[in-house]
Amino acid sequence: MVSTYHYLFLAAALFTIGVIGVLTRRNIMVILMSIELMMNAVNINLIAFSDHLQHQTGQIFAIFVITVAAAEAAVGLGIVIAMFKNKETMNINEIDLMKW
Amino acid sequence: MLQLILFYIFGAIAIISAILVITQKNIVHSAVFLASTLLSVAGIFLTLHAEFLAGVQVIVYVGGILVLFVFVIMLISVERAVHERQFSRQWMIALLASLALIAEFGYGIYKGKDSFLLPPAEVAPETALGNTQAVGTALYTTYLLPFEIASILLLVAIVGAVVLAKRKTTVD
Repeated sequence: MVSTYHYLFLAAALFTIGVIGVLTRRNIMVILMSIELMMNAVNINLIAFSDHLQHQTGQIFAIFVITVAAAEAAVGLGIVIAMFKNKETMNINEIDLMKW
Repeated sequence: MLQLILFYIFGAIAIISAILVITQKNIVHSAVFLASTLLSVAGIFLTLHAEFLAGVQVIVYVGGILVLFVFVIMLISVERAVHERQFSRQWMIALLASLALIAEFGYGIYKGKDSFLLPPAEVAPETALGNTQAVGTALYTTYLLPFEIASILLLVAIVGAVVLAKRKTTVD
């Protein structure tokens, strides 16, 4: 029988992979994708507990997380396009306008 | 038993694809593997009896967010990025930090494992109505205000994305 425990480990693994992606990759698109991975891990946790406690609140919160993820992707990709128009790069190490 | 098999199949696909997302050189391949991860997470939601969320995951994530990613990849040139260094110089520190994170997760889940031994809660009468109806009722009664705030957030995001992408910005 699959327990809530299993789902927590799966979510922890996905979240850690997302964190490694954000911290190590230099391509801004891959960083945005890793953020989506982390949000998915959080959703798995919320829904696992919703199933464990037999209460839908976790699923409602997962819907809000998906909403925020959609908004974040739209704004993030808008920023990527605006940045690409100026600098012609997706490498985060070359985006250092605000560094002194 | 079926739930266990499905959990392991979908979980394995999700984790392997997630690793491939962050290791592929070509971002188009990353996007394809991200689609695979998101679809297996939808399968995980199905094993958790969250049918509505599984549908939302497929429609919004795979059908919406991922298509947006692929559009942006189409607009920007991929060629140059493939030949660059893929990983930052700080990858050692990043891996150390991630190891610390794994240790924290392991400790937290291990310490809290007794709370999962609770007998499963009684099935509430509403869930007998079906998942979609239960979620919809909760969303439009108890959580009506957060729902409206979420729609305003989406409106702001649409306006912000259009302004960001359309405006003529010059650095110099």
